[in-house]
Amino acid sequence: MIAVSFENVSRHFGSVKAVDSVDLEVQPGEFFAMLGPSGSGKTTCLRLIAGFEQPTAGAISIFGERAEGVPPYRRNVNTVFQDYALFPHMNVLDNVAYGLKVKGISKTERIRIAEDALALVRLPGYGTRKPGQLSGGQRQRVALARALVNRPKVLLLDEPLGALDLKLRENMQEELKALQKSLGITFIFVTHDQGEALSMADRVAVFNDGRIMQVGTPQDIYARPVSRFVADFVGSSNVVPPDFVKRHCQRDGWGSLRPEAIRVSTQTNSAGIRARVVSVSYIGAATRLGLDAEGLRLHATVPAGLTVPEQGADVVLTFGADALHVMEADA
Amino acid sequence: MSGTVALTDRGAPAILTARNGLLGALSDLFWRKPKLLLFLMLLPPVLWLGIVYLGSLFALLLQSFFSIDEYSGMIKREFTLKTYGELLQPANLDIMIRTVVMATLVTIASAVVAFPIAHYAARYARGKWKALFYLGIMLPLWSSYLVKIYAWKLILAKEGIFNWALANLHLTGLLEAWLALPIVGGSSLSVSFTGTFIVFVYVWLPFMILPIQASLERIPVSLVEASADLGASPGRSFWSVIFPLALPGVAAGSIFTFSLTLGDYIIPKIIGTSHLFIGQAVYAHQGTAGNIPLAAAFTVVPIVVMGLYLWMAKRMGAFDAI
Repeated sequence: MIAVSFENVSRHFGSVKAVDSVDLEVQPGEFFAMLGPSGSGKTTCLRLIAGFEQPTAGAISIFGERAEGVPPYRRNVNTVFQDYALFPHMNVLDNVAYGLKVKGISKTERIRIAEDALALVRLPGYGTRKPGQLSGGQRQRVALARALVNRPKVLLLDEPLGALDLKLRENMQEELKALQKSLGITFIFVTHDQGEALSMADRVAVFNDGRIMQVGTPQDIYARPVSRFVADFVGSSNVVPPDFVKRHCQRDGWGSLRPEAIRVSTQTNSAGIRARVVSVSYIGAATRLGLDAEGLRLHATVPAGLTVPEQGADVVLTFGADALHVMEADA
Repeated sequence: MSGTVALTDRGAPAILTARNGLLGALSDLFWRKPKLLLFLMLLPPVLWLGIVYLGSLFALLLQSFFSIDEYSGMIKREFTLKTYGELLQPANLDIMIRTVVMATLVTIASAVVAFPIAHYAARYARGKWKALFYLGIMLPLWSSYLVKIYAWKLILAKEGIFNWALANLHLTGLLEAWLALPIVGGSSLSVSFTGTFIVFVYVWLPFMILPIQASLERIPVSLVEASADLGASPGRSFWSVIFPLALPGVAAGSIFTFSLTLGDYIIPKIIGTSHLFIGQAVYAHQGTAGNIPLAAAFTVVPIVVMGLYLWMAKRMGAFDAI
């Protein structure tokens, strides 16, 4: 059984093709990321699964059941909204228990379940507070608890960590991942942050212009992008033109060359590609070099501990034969 | 690069720019002492509100503790509760009850009529439809109050367009049955409490629509979506999420419709029965009868009623979502 499947799904708003002939299969229990720049159709896809949008064409199935025309309140799918969408006039406990109340579960029962859910997201005893009295991270947890109490078949997360600061975001990434593993619920989350998608997801779909460019494991997407767009958007790859590829590995097509795969040597008499250091920026665990290799702009990272050439220095670049990945698509 | 030249060629700018003139000095002063600016800005309106408006209101209320000499018709400037005793006479109590009941019914009806309109405007109307909505709401406010009321008198009169329309729909019997009822009925709509009610609702409706619309606009769409996402049907979402969050708007609107109805004396005079409302009683007592103390006591009634109303609204949580 497939958790969520899209068959040739389109959602057009007038002449704008927000989602354009998308095919997609999300496996049960999978942590699935939809990655793409803003306006790429990833959020519309999420809203199609939630039922806030209806497809213009195509078929959507959730655990084998056709979902077109089914309103959001009749889908066993829950959403963690980007702005959390907590009800400001209810306290935290009533927020969390809302879905249970709607289902007609008795008051004592729903309070017990809601309190368990608050404990699960490490907010025990916060039930009587109003959402306005919570920090961004706490609100995020309440939104998560409110969705999870309903035991959804699929949990949708719309940029769930977007509003949090870096440290909190990293913590929440780990927590979300652990939570998903322990609950076994299918998580589908939308993000524009490559790092987040790669570190959390089992599989990633990269969106652009309403279409899916590539679906695969984070390793696939990172190491073997199928197109220039994917190589460019995921990580900070060097996209190199066909003549460069032809010269170095005798194959046709655009290539992607990871910055960390390039070795930079200051021994100018050794063999390799001659280049000049244009910029040097320190990024903590490494130093990022901007290079001009006979007109071709490249980036390379030098791990901390190795000698970093100065700006303006002449260097020689080498890379392993497997570091250059040749892409199938032109775009 | 030429851009770099343009940025650096003009010579080093001064670190601190010179202050220019008296206005500049004043700006600097206000920047250093923002409270001074606030004080100067608030002084005129506070003086106006405090002395001219509240002061004269207070002077009027003070009059309600004086009484009138029955023989000379002169005001006796001595503290007494005699006027309040007079206010609580059955005839005057009738006026008060009639007015408060009318104000309550007008407020409820306005809220019921206003909500769908406000909801449409806040959630669905965009672009020119929104402009049309504002025009439709505001246009009646721009035309003369008296013209509107006399227009309604013609509409509701026996020979008026309303009766004509009902006759064509063969519904005259229905209207006659309604007019035959006690209290709400009369010889025609234009001389019945029903007519007064209709015109009140019409005239005060914009004051209910606009605050409700404003409060609905502030509800993020995602809250309504979240409610649906958690399994609530549209009706459930309305009563659990939209309505409670719009309640401050309903409360604000009801303050307008309720207090405006409590104080109005023209509508019941032109469209309605010979039974008086508070506004008419005040008008009669301070004018022709010359009984300023009783008129003053009558004006205390809406103030007390509004105070009670706001207190109850607050207790019921109408302002919790503000």
